[in-house]
Amino acid sequence: MAIIHLMKYNLEFKTALKHSIPVMMGYVVLGFAFGLLMSSYQYEWYWTLWMSLFIYAGALQFAAVGFFSAKLGLIDIAIASFFINIRQSFYGLSMLKKYAKSGWIKPYLIHTLTDETYAILTSIKISEKLSYRHYAIFLSALNQSYWVIGSVTGAFFGAAINFDTRGITFSLTALFIVLAIEQYKARKNITPFVVGAIASLVSMMLLGNNMLLGAILLSLAILFGLRGYMQKGNIDG
Amino acid sequence: MDNTYLWWAILVMIFVNFTTRVLPFLLYRDRIPPAPIRFLEGYFPPVIMTILVFYSLKDIDLHTTPYGIYEISAVAVTIILHLIFKNFLLSIFAATLFYMGLKQGWFGI
Repeated sequence: MAIIHLMKYNLEFKTALKHSIPVMMGYVVLGFAFGLLMSSYQYEWYWTLWMSLFIYAGALQFAAVGFFSAKLGLIDIAIASFFINIRQSFYGLSMLKKYAKSGWIKPYLIHTLTDETYAILTSIKISEKLSYRHYAIFLSALNQSYWVIGSVTGAFFGAAINFDTRGITFSLTALFIVLAIEQYKARKNITPFVVGAIASLVSMMLLGNNMLLGAILLSLAILFGLRGYMQKGNIDG
Repeated sequence: MDNTYLWWAILVMIFVNFTTRVLPFLLYRDRIPPAPIRFLEGYFPPVIMTILVFYSLKDIDLHTTPYGIYEISAVAVTIILHLIFKNFLLSIFAATLFYMGLKQGWFGI
């Protein structure tokens, strides 16, 4: 069945493949880093596979390694996961129309709506002759396959050889820094970064290592406190 | 490692993560989101990204050698590389290698 689809929607597949190349480079290597990190904590490879297939969210998967080693409670995990990935709900807001007619595959398209997939789907326009539905399916599946392949390879590689992984988690910090810079470029507004930094520092002083939820709640409070001021200044609200 | 705990932890994350992705599709099938939600749509991503930078660095020990200098220099390297080359893969990998090198003593310091 998949082969028949590939032949009939050859152009959609080629377009999706082309657009997915930058994501491939990122996902294979970051996924590899994740698999390596998991194996450095002695988790069997299949934990990495299940997580990459069914969670499929980079920041959360990296954070999860911390949850596991801290033996964080399930409710704490649920709250932290919600706040780490609540930004994805805002992605969905701009996909409501595009995904309206995607039929039975819609749950999969929603499941695979990562930062990068969303960024491509919203920033690159494809020819109207192409089936958007098939293009989106191919792009989503290709991107996820890179993540899965990268992370499982990392899990095996890490288990097979003795690799010094000290410091590898900095890739996550670097990813967040780079995404923050990209967001600054898109908006040219420093206020949200200052709000995030203040909320983080205050929450770190009060709560130490459990600062994440506190920082998010505090930043929401500051954001809504500043809302009138911020909306006057720039960008639409 | 306690496998039951891992299974539950992963199941919780699968459920919550999918919820965050499906939420708008459930809530706003045919109506426009209210103003506060649209306000957050614009401002929340940069805020959460900044918080995650701090969160990922929360274990820095500022009281013993090297007093967080490794982390701060690696953050600086990431920013500088990204501003110069504008290539997110290069920024992430070069900075991570740099930090791993500092941590593992590749540079003899």
